[in-house]
Parts: sequence; structure tokens; C-alpha cells
Amino acid sequence: MVVDALTEAEVNAIFHALADATRRDILGRVLTDEQSVSALARRYEMSFAAVQKHVAVLERALLVSKRRQGREQLVQGEAAAVGRARRLLADYEELWRSRARRIDDLLAEPEPASRTTTSTTPIEGDAG
Amino acid sequence: MTVLSTQRDVDALTLTFVADFDAPPERVWQVWEDPRQLERWWGPPTWPATFPRHEFRPGGRSSYYMTGPDGTQAWGWWRIVDLDKPRRLEYEDGFADDKGEPTGELGVTRGVVTFEDLGGRTRMTSVSTFESAEQLEQMVQMGMEEGMRGAMGQIDELLAESRV
Repeated sequence: MVVDALTEAEVNAIFHALADATRRDILGRVLTDEQSVSALARRYEMSFAAVQKHVAVLERALLVSKRRQGREQLVQGEAAAVGRARRLLADYEELWRSRARRIDDLLAEPEPASRTTTSTTPIEGDAG
Repeated sequence: MTVLSTQRDVDALTLTFVADFDAPPERVWQVWEDPRQLERWWGPPTWPATFPRHEFRPGGRSSYYMTGPDGTQAWGWWRIVDLDKPRRLEYEDGFADDKGEPTGELGVTRGVVTFEDLGGRTRMTSVSTFESAEQLEQMVQMGMEEGMRGAMGQIDELLAESRV
């Protein structure tokens, strides 16, 4: 209903992949344009192998896909997967927005606020 | 009520939410302290929350369940880490079994809520920190109002963040 079904491993892979600034930068670049690993490697002050490793982490998280063209490996962002990761926090933010609206409604009522009992056994200030 | 700002930190799995309310901090504090008031806003109308136990003091425990549209009960617990009425509240929130006992699964959400007196109004800042993305996903699934979704522009945000 709310989020597309992702396994725990998938979700963790996505967040791990996005936790690194270089990988976020790579992802940002390949979401708009497919780029070769060697072209990406030229942009960073790190080895081709290091960039290749970053791409592999993104690939495991299904955030990018790779295809071979001649001697080049081309990297393309998978926009839908990226959206899912960020949507989790966006959804949680919506939850707090809705809570704030309900608090606001509650505060607008004349005091004392309603004592309607929807619960069974109110144990307030339990001494235990 | 005015929502002033929200901040999502994907790396740290933290959401900061700031809203102003048209009531003094003592009154806003009550909607957390009184379980009957808390029940009216913690869960959405489609997943209302019930707090059979609510010990609103440092070290106190709360048990609650949220009832879904099909009658499913999802249980949770709170532990009040610290209270400074009516200024600051720190709590832990986790998943529980149907007796309200912590399951230990999916880790603990840490919440720190501060109430700032704006002269008759209150600025409430809620900072929620998750241990794992999976836990966040469960919270969202349990706590979301049907049909209500966050903005779909997250990819644009990501692009904006990534570009130097």
C-alpha cells in the first residue's frame, strides 16, 4: 500500500549505497545520462578500480545497472529504486504532518480535552 | 498550526519536524502526557492507537497498539528516557508482541521532543532517529494514513543534493 515491497536486504543495500558522498554523486550523474566507468573515473581523484567498486555497490543496491559496449562499461541510474529509498523518509514526514494536524484539532477543543475512553485499562502513573 | 520545517537526513536516518501550535507549552505537553489525548493523535484514523499503559515519568514504560482497517493489532512500547516538563521529552519507541512486551526486532526509534515557549504559542521540535531502513519502513507502513503519500519529487532532491 504505502511503499513497494522491498526485502530487508534490499532496503539496507539501498541505504548503505546512499551513505557515501561519492556514490551519491555518481548516482546523480548517471540518473540523467548513461556514462562509462572510465568517464566517471576521470571526475574523481581516485583510481579506476575505486570508482568501479563504488559502481558495484550501487549496482548491488539496484540503484544503477551496467551494460557493456565494446571495451566500455556503461552505467545507467535506476530512478525508481532511488525514489523508493527517499520515499520512506518522506512518508514518515507525512506521518508527523498528520499528527501535528490532529494535535492542532485537539488543542482547538475547549478544555478539558475529551476523556473518551477507547482503551480498556488506563494505568496512569503506575507505581511499579 | 504551522509546520515550519522538516529535514530528512537519509544518511543518518533522522527526521526533524518543527511545528508551531497556538497554545502554551503546558497545554501541548498534555497531549503527550494524558493517554486519552495521546490516543487521539498518535495513530491515523485508519490505524488508531490505544495506550493501555502510559507511565509518563523518567524510566516509565508505555504499551500501545494500533488497530488496522482489517482489525489487525500492531503493538509497540515506549520507554521514557527523560522528562523535563513542559520543555523536553526523550523516549524510545519499539515493536512489541501482543502482550506489550518488546520483541527486540527491528531496533528502537529514538525520539527527542522539545517545546519552546513563544509567549502563548509553542514551537514543538521532534527529532526521530531510526536504527535501520527496515524499521523505518515498518513504522511508515503502520503509521500512514491511506492514500496519503509524500511528495514524489525525491529524485529531483537527490539530484540537487548530489550536484556540486
